[in-house]
Amino acid sequence: MVALAKTVATETGARIDIRNVSHSFQLSSGPLPVLDHIDLTVQPGEFVALLGPSGCGKSTLLRLLAGLEPASSGELLQDDATITEPDPSRILVFQDPTLYPWLTVRDNVALGLQARGQLKSLGHRIDDALQLVGLENFGRAFPHQLSGGMAQRAALARALVNDPRLLILDEPLGRLDSLTRIAMQSELVDLWRRAGFTALLVTHDVEEAVFMSDRVIVLSDRPARIKAEIVNDAPYPRQRGSARLAELRHQALDLLGLDAHW
Amino acid sequence: MSSTSPVLASPSAAELASGVRSPLFTWWPEGLLASAAWLVAGVLTYAWPNKQVGFSDWAYTQELGVAFIVIAGLLLIPAVLGQKVDPITRTLRPAGPWLIALAALFSVWQLLTAKLAVLPAPFFAPPQMLIDVYAEDWRRIGDSLANSLRLLLSGYLLGAAAGFLTGVSIGWSRAIGYWVHPVLRFLGPVPSTALLPMAFFFFPSSWSAAVFLIALATWFPVTVLTWSGVAGVNRNYYDVARTMGASQWFLVRRVAVPAALPQVFVGLFMGLGASFSVLVVAEMMGVKSGLGWYLTWAQGWGAYTNMYAALAVMALVFSGLITLLFALRDRTLSWQKGTLKW
Repeated sequence: MVALAKTVATETGARIDIRNVSHSFQLSSGPLPVLDHIDLTVQPGEFVALLGPSGCGKSTLLRLLAGLEPASSGELLQDDATITEPDPSRILVFQDPTLYPWLTVRDNVALGLQARGQLKSLGHRIDDALQLVGLENFGRAFPHQLSGGMAQRAALARALVNDPRLLILDEPLGRLDSLTRIAMQSELVDLWRRAGFTALLVTHDVEEAVFMSDRVIVLSDRPARIKAEIVNDAPYPRQRGSARLAELRHQALDLLGLDAHW
Repeated sequence: MSSTSPVLASPSAAELASGVRSPLFTWWPEGLLASAAWLVAGVLTYAWPNKQVGFSDWAYTQELGVAFIVIAGLLLIPAVLGQKVDPITRTLRPAGPWLIALAALFSVWQLLTAKLAVLPAPFFAPPQMLIDVYAEDWRRIGDSLANSLRLLLSGYLLGAAAGFLTGVSIGWSRAIGYWVHPVLRFLGPVPSTALLPMAFFFFPSSWSAAVFLIALATWFPVTVLTWSGVAGVNRNYYDVARTMGASQWFLVRRVAVPAALPQVFVGLFMGLGASFSVLVVAEMMGVKSGLGWYLTWAQGWGAYTNMYAALAVMALVFSGLITLLFALRDRTLSWQKGTLKW
């Protein structure tokens, strides 16, 4: 598995700088601010979780990072270069797997290579990526034949085949049942540890954020500001029930104003 | 794949199981009834003398009677042997009620026309007269059919291709949409047949005018539905491909078009229906060939049976074309849940 991971993995993750970024949507009723002076630096290979209430603007930040939209003000940099457009070194995984229903799982995974004309030279990566997420026997299946967890794994394989330096995860486990979710949290952490990319996870699940990441950034209600930062020094592999994680969960809930429910 | 195979396999397994358990199912009672019905139709046609109405007798009466009796005999084989001739029985079994109804229909038709002359000739004719027409006039009908198909396919393929390209362009490009959309709204709803007199005037030949009108009639629904298909594509499909480095051309070809295909096929189906009616009207009005022309020609001579014969060919061929389109759709969209067949 380690050898396989290497063929898919990057040498190093990307360094991300978010400098004083604000963003608002232009609605007919006037501008709606969603991000308010966000400043954040993510080190190469770091796993950072953005934790905040639903609809606070977390996903918008990810879209800006992916280069799908320009920020209203401020600057986003990858390894000191300004992010202006989408690039395959930064891959986004959505809450919905968004697999193309008309393509087989294998062809879905092959999409990025095909789009860049690398199918011939790098085609071997497809099977590696499928194997990495445990779908090597489902290459010829169509997406509607997969369960929710399998579909999300396929979406992950489709992201990893591009050898991303930054993996942007927008509540990727949000629609899964709780058992699949727990299993996939561990799998994702394993993948990240083996591959070495930088990971940015958006979630509103405190337990998930604390279990998976090196650092939890707690965001406020819309427009999102950075409220606090929790550094999670617990070593991997982690134990869900450990006292340290429980303490960090408590701290995060406290910051989200949910202390009374602890 | 493994998740669906038990679902696909289960009905046939259940069938087999029930067949093994009850020996009653080895024969086919409904088939026996159908065989009897065709025998009645055959004997009635063969043995009951035709009523003379002042002109020569209907040809092919006895031949048709014999044909019905042969059908009755053939139906007897799966009816009695049942699962011993399994593939035949299995194909015919669902058609059982229809086989009985058809025999009844032919019997009633035969009685009302040839046998009792309740329905007046020459406006109504017994079924054997269709055989007569096909035997006598097959060359002209065949020619008409070939001409109709040539005209229809020329117009339809042209219109479908143009409609697809127009639909994709206005669904994709705001600038093209700005210019084409008003034209589409203004010209689209006008029935192509209303432009017929004008088109015959403008075009060098009535044939090219008809091709244009059939293409126009096909173009409108194909354009509108392709457009709505492209416009309705999940935005995330584009974002996923864009983050992976897809070019605009790739997005159109590999994302927008396949995502819109189910809608495109609805448009192709609607366009096919529209093209049939324009074809027939154009052939009746100006193009001096084809099945539509044959219909007016036969009516002009008072040859009503020829008209029925041509109508029957038309129904068969047009419904065959629609079946073909649906088969193509099912093949192309085999990825869709529900239409999946393999």
